[in-house]
Amino acid sequence: MPVLARLVEASGVPTVTVTMMPDVATQMRTPRVVGVEFPFGHAFGMVGDRDMQFRVARAAVDLIDTAATPGTRVDLDIEWPQDPKQAYKEWQPPMPSPIVQVFLDRLAESRAAAREASEGRRTGD
Amino acid sequence: MAVDSFKFLPRSFRAEYEVVTDPPGNDVWTSPSKPASASTFALLTSAGLHLKDGHEPFDLDGERENPMWGDPSYRVIPRRVTQDDLTASHLHINTRDLELDFNVSLPIEPFRRLESEGAIGRLADEHYSFMGYQHRDLVDWREFHGPQLAAHLEESGVDVLLLAPA
Repeated sequence: MPVLARLVEASGVPTVTVTMMPDVATQMRTPRVVGVEFPFGHAFGMVGDRDMQFRVARAAVDLIDTAATPGTRVDLDIEWPQDPKQAYKEWQPPMPSPIVQVFLDRLAESRAAAREASEGRRTGD
Repeated sequence: MAVDSFKFLPRSFRAEYEVVTDPPGNDVWTSPSKPASASTFALLTSAGLHLKDGHEPFDLDGERENPMWGDPSYRVIPRRVTQDDLTASHLHINTRDLELDFNVSLPIEPFRRLESEGAIGRLADEHYSFMGYQHRDLVDWREFHGPQLAAHLEESGVDVLLLAPA
């Protein structure tokens, strides 16, 4: 996403990016960043919570008027109103994504190989 | 408060994101030509939203066949869209909440209010939806879809683009 923000900004259209990962956005030299501590997929807040969504949207609009230098970042002081463990679980897809499944399979293979090696040592094979 | 960028990220992914290995070497910056209250805003999400009728879904089968690849194309969403018109195709987030309220990622309703209150000049007629999981080199975005988007924004008279990664 920082790539698209920078490309559009360079084409002459100012951008503002609302993100759950402002550290990454800033490292990627995203021009204007609004940070939110929300679960992924929810940059503007909770389902049906128009006040929370409006607050985030308003902060992004304000940054267009106030930011004067590249890399300006504003973090919003809004706590996610849900148990963090539950929110962590709920944003994730029902099935691991294909790339995550690849990593999980590799991990399982390397653990199985380590287990076999360890059992081999114990039995003297 | 300082936002913890990794609060909701699985711990095993953290190292991937903590330090960007190849950051850009320069800043880019365009000063707004007018205040927000006189500007036309367009919105962009990477939540994989698309119209149920009239849009091809993002290519999830292609990603299943090649897990290193993600569909780099985008869909144009009209501002008059309703919840019933939209669905989402994305394998990296749970799309349940988007099916209930797309404004959590594409805030058309909050921006209509900003427009009616005069905080922005106008909400554009068209908005943009990508599917955020991409091949690491992002070559399709850099060389084709990004420039195509920039040209579309210019043709549409958009003054500011708001982006929201999913």
